[in-house]
Amino acid sequence: METEFAIIGGGIVGLSLAYGLLRRGKTVCVLDEGDGAFRASRGNFGLVWVQSKGLHHPAYAQWTRASARAYRSFADEIETVSDLPLNLQQDGGYIIHMSEDSLDADRKLYEGLRSRLGGDYPFEVMGHNALKTEEPNIGPKVAGALYCKEDGHVNPLRLLRGLTVAVRHLGGTLRTGHKVTDVTPQGAEFSITAEDAAPITAKKVVLAAGLGAMSLGPKLGFKAPIRPQQGQIIITEKLPKLMNRPNVEVRQVDEGGIQIGASSAEVGLNDREDVATIAGLAAHAVDMFPKLARAKMLRSWAALRIMSPDGLPIYQRSARHPGAYFVTCHSGITLAAAHAGVLGDWLTDAAEQPDVSAFGEDRFDV
Amino acid sequence: MFERIGHSATAQVRFTFNGETVIGNAGDSLAAALLAAGHKVFRDTPTTAAPRGPFCMMGSCFDCLVVVDGETVQACQIPAQDGLVVTSPPVPRAQP
Amino acid sequence: MTRVDLIVIGAGPAGMAGATMAAQQGMSVLVLDEQPAPGGQIFRNLGASTAQQRQMLGPDYTAGQMLLDGLAAAPLTLISGAVVWDVDQERTVTYSKDGKAYRVKADYLLLSTGAMERPVPLPGWTLPGVMTAGAAQILMKTSGLLAKDAVLAGSGPLLYLVAVQMLRAGTPPKALVETQTPENYRAALRHAGGALRGWKALAKGARMLRELRRAGVPRYTAARDLAITGDTAASGLRFTAKGQVHHLECATVLLHQGVVPNTQITRALRLDHQWHAGQRCFHPVLSPWGQSSHSQIYVAGDGAAIAGAKAAEHAGQCAAADILRCAGRITAAQRDTLAASAKRNLAGEQALRPFLDALYAPPAAILRPSDAVTVCRCEEVSAGDIRAYARLGCKGPSQTKAFGRAGMGPCQGRTCGLTVTEVLAQATGQSPQDTGYFKIRAPLKPVTLGEVAALHSPAHQQPEGQDT
Repeated sequence: METEFAIIGGGIVGLSLAYGLLRRGKTVCVLDEGDGAFRASRGNFGLVWVQSKGLHHPAYAQWTRASARAYRSFADEIETVSDLPLNLQQDGGYIIHMSEDSLDADRKLYEGLRSRLGGDYPFEVMGHNALKTEEPNIGPKVAGALYCKEDGHVNPLRLLRGLTVAVRHLGGTLRTGHKVTDVTPQGAEFSITAEDAAPITAKKVVLAAGLGAMSLGPKLGFKAPIRPQQGQIIITEKLPKLMNRPNVEVRQVDEGGIQIGASSAEVGLNDREDVATIAGLAAHAVDMFPKLARAKMLRSWAALRIMSPDGLPIYQRSARHPGAYFVTCHSGITLAAAHAGVLGDWLTDAAEQPDVSAFGEDRFDV
Repeated sequence: MFERIGHSATAQVRFTFNGETVIGNAGDSLAAALLAAGHKVFRDTPTTAAPRGPFCMMGSCFDCLVVVDGETVQACQIPAQDGLVVTSPPVPRAQP
Repeated sequence: MTRVDLIVIGAGPAGMAGATMAAQQGMSVLVLDEQPAPGGQIFRNLGASTAQQRQMLGPDYTAGQMLLDGLAAAPLTLISGAVVWDVDQERTVTYSKDGKAYRVKADYLLLSTGAMERPVPLPGWTLPGVMTAGAAQILMKTSGLLAKDAVLAGSGPLLYLVAVQMLRAGTPPKALVETQTPENYRAALRHAGGALRGWKALAKGARMLRELRRAGVPRYTAARDLAITGDTAASGLRFTAKGQVHHLECATVLLHQGVVPNTQITRALRLDHQWHAGQRCFHPVLSPWGQSSHSQIYVAGDGAAIAGAKAAEHAGQCAAADILRCAGRITAAQRDTLAASAKRNLAGEQALRPFLDALYAPPAAILRPSDAVTVCRCEEVSAGDIRAYARLGCKGPSQTKAFGRAGMGPCQGRTCGLTVTEVLAQATGQSPQDTGYFKIRAPLKPVTLGEVAALHSPAHQQPEGQDT
């Protein structure tokens, strides 16, 4: 099979890129592995999140914010094509602090970023009483929160399904259940070998394979200095409305369950949940929202997310093999709008394209 | 729907279900007592508000969910006791 | 943390027999069981049963008394009302009892969590008034409650047993609607050896049918296209038999299509499993002694493979014997002696299975229901929805769960898991083995965040009834 763009990886990142390329009239084939894959797309928190991103990297803060601003029209498009409500809510969100000291420390970091951005960075400091007016169910131990009006959340599983429908609807080929094991440059093209499938030839190849880039990246001349970061999440039974806005550790999903997370540990390719970590998450959630003490935990899971050395995305064209691209990030949900939108101009080398040089791999050169 | 055989000498327990008094036998699960009293609908589903009652009676299907003392529990796993205040789980806000 | 040599999870026949043997041989044994009293499902409430109940439920039930007595006399600890919600590969078990969570560690685990009813997805099966045959039996055993004018529908020995028990109690079923076809009998007869060994079981079945016939209980055979009618509750059962459409009016429909192993814990432990074509379910992969793909974790009883209560008892003893050997307390030769009759009897019971499995095989319409039928009861996902996700590229249950929430409800896939696997396998053309099963994770049963939080810091433990 021959195609113009082969995208290795059919998660949120791969599908968002595929969607953007298909909207630009390109021919796209997305290759995805089997059901048992790690899939960070199933292990995220569903946040479309601006605050706290890029506190030391203004370019990332701005990239994130731009994606959040483009999210409403992105979500509308996916909803229209797939006929699936994504329940995007962008009414603001919090990072809740349990001590004045930590609240103050973060406030200073935000103020630093704000001044580097010439004053254009939205956030507010809320003390306990101000927060309680907005979120009556917060507990007495909560010191306050940092609030950003541009924060929000979406149903990430609906987004995944919606993108799948949209990609197929726009004529993209989606090959699932075939893990890519090798990708070889062949002249000006690329030959992609996958398990239980005939090889595919593509003019351009985009590596959006999450942790799969660790082995596939070097084949295309990328450093791919990424590593797995394990996060555990808890979800409760469906409950009547308890919170108005999401915070970065606890949110009420559209279905009614409360999602709690996430831990963060470097344990290699270990996606097992453990009681000690879950207990810590539960304790923290109950401190923030005491009413949750009676709520039933229904399930937990542990997912492996992708971490680069500085936590920022990597967008890199291969110098050694022109036509190969590497895209990876930690915040695949938040950046989906950018990936489906402006990043397509970078992938197609359009006359007007975003400046993503801050996210190149050369920043990792010693 | 259900008939009780024997057990005429068993002590009785009295509790409420959605405000209505229910009389069961000591040793009944909440689900058994409710079925014996003629209640076949315990709750409405959170997804489509469809009526549900007990299905497996062994703690496997989770269709017999009720709320006791602020906690969602399986009625087939909880013994019926005097004074319990039992309600149907509230249906969360309507979902698209 | 408390530490013991062996934790046994589940006090049915396998757990009782295994725990008793291990304790008698000197291991420190903790038995955790979620029911208020031991016995599992088969011997449920036996210890507290009345003479009338025992008379109604028959000698198979009362046979469990010896196991109960053995358990009570053995030097072990039994904790009833213990709901296990996490088990890890290091053999730490987390359970809740009376609103508090506890953790205990063991060198060895014996998982004897038994079976659950096979899901019976058909139109209308979620309506109030529809229950399993097993549910009716539990109501008889624990509360002396009998369903009036109920229709029993499906396949399997339990169908007849419950019918006879209801008849003897004075509330005969309105009718028996059986889904076995002549092909089931033909397939079963290919296992003639099993039929010969199983003549006692067959004779018992024939006696039950005679009793039902003499009492005038209508019996419909080779029924298909079953559907439960009703709007907000069951009002009847419609089906086709001998070319005629029937509609039996009733408020209670009792379904049964056999039982399947409860694999929640074995799956959560990521032990190897294998699809069994004859039993149409997954079994944990086990050595002949019950040792799983993890050398310190054993599985015995119907939770390993369906073979009945007697087999479970023998399998429990075999597992205990091998655990003793594995722990270095006895030699392999001593194990063989200790478990000699258990092993022999187990083989005898297991030899019946291929015959019984073929005889009572569930029909395709139940295994792979039509599009409109609800598969995931908790999240109300239909068979048609699952087929649509397969068309979108979902190759297995994890992606299907992500796309449509099947398996995300409180039952954690117990009721829909096998159907999801079968429907996906059919839709993708993969074998059930390659399709796989849901990934099961903690908590194995729902538990309050307060209880879980208290494991982190006791300050979070709330006194009973405190409102926040």
